Amino acid sequence: MNPSSYIVLSAILFSIGAIGVLVRRNAIIVFMSVELMLNAANLAFVAFARMNGNLDGQVVAFFVMVVAAAEVVVGLAIIVTIFRTRRSASIDEPNLLKY
Amino acid sequence: MTELMPAEGVFSLIWLLIALPLAGATVLLVGGRRTNAWGPYLAILTVATSAVLGIAMLVSMMGHSAEERSIGQTLYSWVFVGGFQADMAFQLDQLSIVFVLLITIVGTLIHVYSLGYMAHDANKRKFFGYLNLFVAAMLLLVLANNYLLMYVGWEGVGLASYLLIGFWLHKPSAAAAAKKAFVINRIGDVGLGLAIMLMFATFGSVTFGPVFGAAGEASEGTLTAIGLLLLLAACGKSAQFPLQAWLLDAMEGPTPVSALIHAATMVTAGVYLIVRSNVIFTAAEWAAVAVIIIGLITMWMGAVIGSAKDDVKKALAGSTMSQIGYMVTAAGLGPIGYVFAIFHLLTHGVFKAGLFLGAGSVMHGMNDNVNMRRFGALRTVMAITAGTFIVCYLTIIGIPPLSAFFSKDDIIHASFERSPVIGILAMLAAGLTGFYMTRLVAMTFFGKARWEDDAHPHESPKVMTIPLVILAIGAAFLGMSLVYWGNIETWLEPVTGLQEVPLPLPSWVYETVTLALVLIGAAIAWTMYARREVPVEAPHGSWLTRAARNELYGNEVNDALVVRPVYHSSRWLVWFDNKGVDGIVNGSAAFVGGLSGRLRRYQTGFARSYALSMVGGAVLVVLALFLVRVS
Repeated sequence: MNPSSYIVLSAILFSIGAIGVLVRRNAIIVFMSVELMLNAANLAFVAFARMNGNLDGQVVAFFVMVVAAAEVVVGLAIIVTIFRTRRSASIDEPNLLKY
Repeated sequence: MTELMPAEGVFSLIWLLIALPLAGATVLLVGGRRTNAWGPYLAILTVATSAVLGIAMLVSMMGHSAEERSIGQTLYSWVFVGGFQADMAFQLDQLSIVFVLLITIVGTLIHVYSLGYMAHDANKRKFFGYLNLFVAAMLLLVLANNYLLMYVGWEGVGLASYLLIGFWLHKPSAAAAAKKAFVINRIGDVGLGLAIMLMFATFGSVTFGPVFGAAGEASEGTLTAIGLLLLLAACGKSAQFPLQAWLLDAMEGPTPVSALIHAATMVTAGVYLIVRSNVIFTAAEWAAVAVIIIGLITMWMGAVIGSAKDDVKKALAGSTMSQIGYMVTAAGLGPIGYVFAIFHLLTHGVFKAGLFLGAGSVMHGMNDNVNMRRFGALRTVMAITAGTFIVCYLTIIGIPPLSAFFSKDDIIHASFERSPVIGILAMLAAGLTGFYMTRLVAMTFFGKARWEDDAHPHESPKVMTIPLVILAIGAAFLGMSLVYWGNIETWLEPVTGLQEVPLPLPSWVYETVTLALVLIGAAIAWTMYARREVPVEAPHGSWLTRAARNELYGNEVNDALVVRPVYHSSRWLVWFDNKGVDGIVNGSAAFVGGLSGRLRRYQTGFARSYALSMVGGAVLVVLALFLVRVS
């Protein structure tokens, strides 16, 4: 099996996610972009697992999904809290943690 | 080296000799003011008991045969580390017993004398405590059977000397003199410390017996090094050239201290060290030659200084230096001189203690004035002091049949046996002794009264004059009794060895020439200082007089050679430390601080810029991986 098309798709998805994180200000969108990057990585893992014929990559993909689910719980909770206090979901505004 | 006999009978109390004065010092110094009333008497009692014990031991020792007179007593193992062993152990032999008797008997007399001399001093109890401490340390020094334990005593007498020179510490000059004595003594102590280390490295032991037993096997270079280090130690303690500068300043201490420590006992510890280590000096010829040279230089320096000083105690201190120079010279002569070094040490200990106590008695009557130009004609008002002083004076210049006639002539003989040059130098110095001692006596007791207006000279109380009388009798007869009755030469021979070299001329020739030189010196001094008027203000004097008044510029030489270079180099080091070392440390701290101040600007607080740098970093890693893969 030739994984190149899967890898290319994974790279495209990752790039879209990365650009989304960098250019968007809305925290929800940034969060979704992060999910996109995680899933691009998952795609690459699964593709390589299929190519090599073992389950290691798929196991890692499951781990990533579990971690991503947990991360969504914490992340969304933080975003909601920030929105409640500041009436905004922009990630540029909370910049108090600096020098 | 004879085997040490076990300590039995009265000798089982050797430790008590030291323990008694030590206990006295402890009670007086720890007990504080509660002991004020009876403390001084306790101090006298401890030393006197030690003296009685010492006499009992001497009597018992005389009952033994010559081979059985070295007694060893081991109390406990003191330092035991790997191959190194030093015991708390004592060695009482023919050499140490004479020191024990000198220290305890003269010490007792001086303790009694101090009762009168220090009667009105508020800190009398502390003074007696220190004196007891000194006696204990000095006894430890002469009784130790190994160099390490001896070092403890050596440092102990240094401490006591420091405390007593600076006893009147409200006087800045006394405090400075004490510090000076302590610092200069340190230099000598370093010599002794290094000598002990070298001995351990060479012989694997610091105990007298094994060291002297193995001395023949060591290389001559090592022995010379040990000998020179021991000589350095002796120079410090005995105020020999070039470490002589402290002794004259040490006269700031109370006069009984000058008599006990800086005339009779402590300053002779260097001579004891050399004679005790005679095996090493006999084997290391060049070290012994160095000893002779140092002795001769000091003999002359002391005599010249003593001839010009107007301060009665400093003139006597110059004389002490000179007489110890005689002893050191004799100790350097080898087996022909060791015995006479100790012999002169004993007689000197008695007559110089008498002279110092006499000077103290004069000062006591003259409002503590020490300027001899303000004395004169004192024989009329203090007859006992003058009488005892004159007996001691006749003794020191060597009038027969008084003590120094025997002891000093023996040294001059021994010097001639070694080399006529040494002999002639020693003989001429004897003439100088006649000069400066006659000058001192003439200015103090004869001539016209030049007293200050408020001076009312009077004889001292009996508690001071009786020790003077005893010392004067001792000074007069000790030499004779040691020669004819005690037979000091055969007594000390088992420890020091004895060798006689025939002289080209019969011995009465040397004695007559020496006596003639002494009388010439005395006659010159008598015409200059008793027949003529002594000016109250010191005349300008010749360059030699001025140099001698300035202690032959010993302080200036020390200043130029040691003090100022060290001072300047330390100033330079301080500068280097401030600018150089601190500059590097502070500079690097400032650099790191400045850099972090700039770097923290990158903590902007914008999450997206952090994300950008993470992406940038990841891209860089990927690019680097590609590069590695390609190449």
